[in-house]
Parts: sequence; C-alpha cells; structure tokens
Amino acid sequence: MHIPDGYLGPPTYLATYAACIPLWGLAARKVRAALAARRAPLLALAAAFSFLVMMFNIPLPGATTGHAVGGVLIAVAVGPWGAALAISIALVIQALLFGDGGITAIGANCLNIAFVMPFTGYAVYRVLSRLLPSRKGQAISAGIGGWLGLTMASFTAALMFGLQPWLHTAGDGRALYAPYPLSVTVPAMVLEHLLLFGLVEALLTGLVVYHLQGSRSAWVLRPAGGEVSQ
Amino acid sequence: MKEYRPYWVALLVMAALSPIGLYLPELLRAGSAWGEWGLEEVRQMIGYTPSGMERLSDLWKAPIPDYALPGQEEAPLAHRSLSYVLSAVLGVALCGGGTYVLTRWLTKGNR
Repeated sequence: MHIPDGYLGPPTYLATYAACIPLWGLAARKVRAALAARRAPLLALAAAFSFLVMMFNIPLPGATTGHAVGGVLIAVAVGPWGAALAISIALVIQALLFGDGGITAIGANCLNIAFVMPFTGYAVYRVLSRLLPSRKGQAISAGIGGWLGLTMASFTAALMFGLQPWLHTAGDGRALYAPYPLSVTVPAMVLEHLLLFGLVEALLTGLVVYHLQGSRSAWVLRPAGGEVSQ
Repeated sequence: MKEYRPYWVALLVMAALSPIGLYLPELLRAGSAWGEWGLEEVRQMIGYTPSGMERLSDLWKAPIPDYALPGQEEAPLAHRSLSYVLSAVLGVALCGGGTYVLTRWLTKGNR
C-alpha cells in the first residue's frame, strides 16, 4: 500500500500533501493537549512497532504481497490522533531511508495509512466495544476495527491509483502515471486486504488487545487521563 | 522508563524475526505488492513505461533501498536477511527516537 514515486501525478501528490499538513498540525495539538508526559514513550513505541509490523510481508502465493500496519491497535492504546502522528513518522522514515513509499507520495501514504486506517478502525472499535463490553468482546471489536481500518485504507489508496489514468492520459492513449483505472485498482486492492491482509491485521489487533487486557500492562489500553481520543 | 522495558525487548525480538517477512514471499513466489512494481515490471505488464512515472521514479535514491544495505540488493537471501534485521533495528531506533523527541517536546509541561 506504500505508493512509490511516479505513480501519482503532481496534482494528486500536491493535494495529498496539502491535506496532510493541517492534519499533522492538528494531531500535534491533540497530542499536546491530552497526552500525559509519562505516556510519551508509548507513542515512540507505537511508531517503532508499526515500522516493524510493516516489514512482515505476507504472501498471497504466486500473486502478490501485503502487510499489516498495527494502526488500529495503536489507536486503541493512544487514540487515533496519537496513532496518526506515530505512523506518519514511521512512513516518513520508510520513504526517506528505505525507499518504501515515494517521497512525493508521503502525503498520500500518510493520508491512507496514518489517518484513514486508525480513524476508521477506531470508530468501528468504539461502536462495537460498547455493544460487546466483555474482555473477549473488546478484543473482537478491536480486531474487526483493524480489519476494516486496513481495508478502508486500501480503498482510498486504490482511489488514488485509479484516478491517475483519468487525470493523465496522453493523446496516444498511454497513461503518464499509474496506468490502471478504478475498475481494476479498487477490486484488486480492496479484495486482497479484505480477504487476507486485513484478517492478519484483525488477528494481530485482537490477540494483542486480549493479551494486554489480562496482563499487568492493561494501563497501556486505558485512558488514565492520558488518552488522545477526541 | 522502566515500565516500558518489556515492550522494547519485545520489539527487538520482532526485529530478529523480521526475515520471515522476506523469506515467506520469496518461498511462495508472491512477487511485488500491488501498485509497487518497478519500471521494468510495469513495462512487462502494460507494454510501455508511462513517461511521467519514468521521470519521477528515480527522484530519490534511498540509502538502504528495500531494507538491503548498500551493495546487498542482489545478495543471497541469507545475507539479505541480515541486512533486513539491521534495517529493522535501525528503523526501531529512528522511529522510536524521532517520535520520542517530538512527543517529549509536545508534552513538555504536561503532567
């Protein structure tokens, strides 16, 4: 889901940067307003965790690879704004140092992976966890949040890919950037995340939440006056 | 800081296990992630290289491309997995350090 350089034309990558800048500012303000200093290391941990999770490539045999992100798990622990900040930092380091995701596409990748995913997944988690208040219910809610959060991020990434041939096609019919239309990008990206990578995300999210709740580390998931949730 | 120690240890264990993410796709011939193909792959798929893509694709030369240390891009899998673990540790240090400095600064004065 890390869009490389060259797949998005300038209007798209400039617009996504323009959308990200105020969102990053807002995230920083939300973190400043609500995160207790004692919980600051939790955000550092979250950025490093997400970086590592994204290194575990999951094969769709003979076809393609993908990976989980851990974005909704992080949102459950530090709220979606904290998650957005932490995951953005991981994405910037991936792009600059490791060429995973383009530098022109940092705005687009942050929008999909650092904003769309944690916010969608966290909203799902909030609604479901009220209906399922048991320990198992909380873990299942977080898992479903992870599944839908990652799938929604794949959908917005597919929209960005799929808009390119419509925005940029030369007179000879050749695409200038990403070549496939929405009718190809959306089913390809959404289905693989819905049916495989999102399920891995769900399992990771649900199991870690379940484990944390039963351990001495349950405070990690709790607001304790330090959650960055709203 | 002490209360966070088990988590950092857990992350280092994850870093040590990270080559799973390198071996599994290779063993199952999984290929590139969707939409992350190289120029040559795109040319094989659609019969030409989009001109804008060609122009932008080498805008940035990442120092450690695809988590392979310089000179190791084509190395055997065992060597690349060592690069992969070192990249993972470096990534943990930079993500952790960068985010820590930023949030420490943001939450300065918070209780």
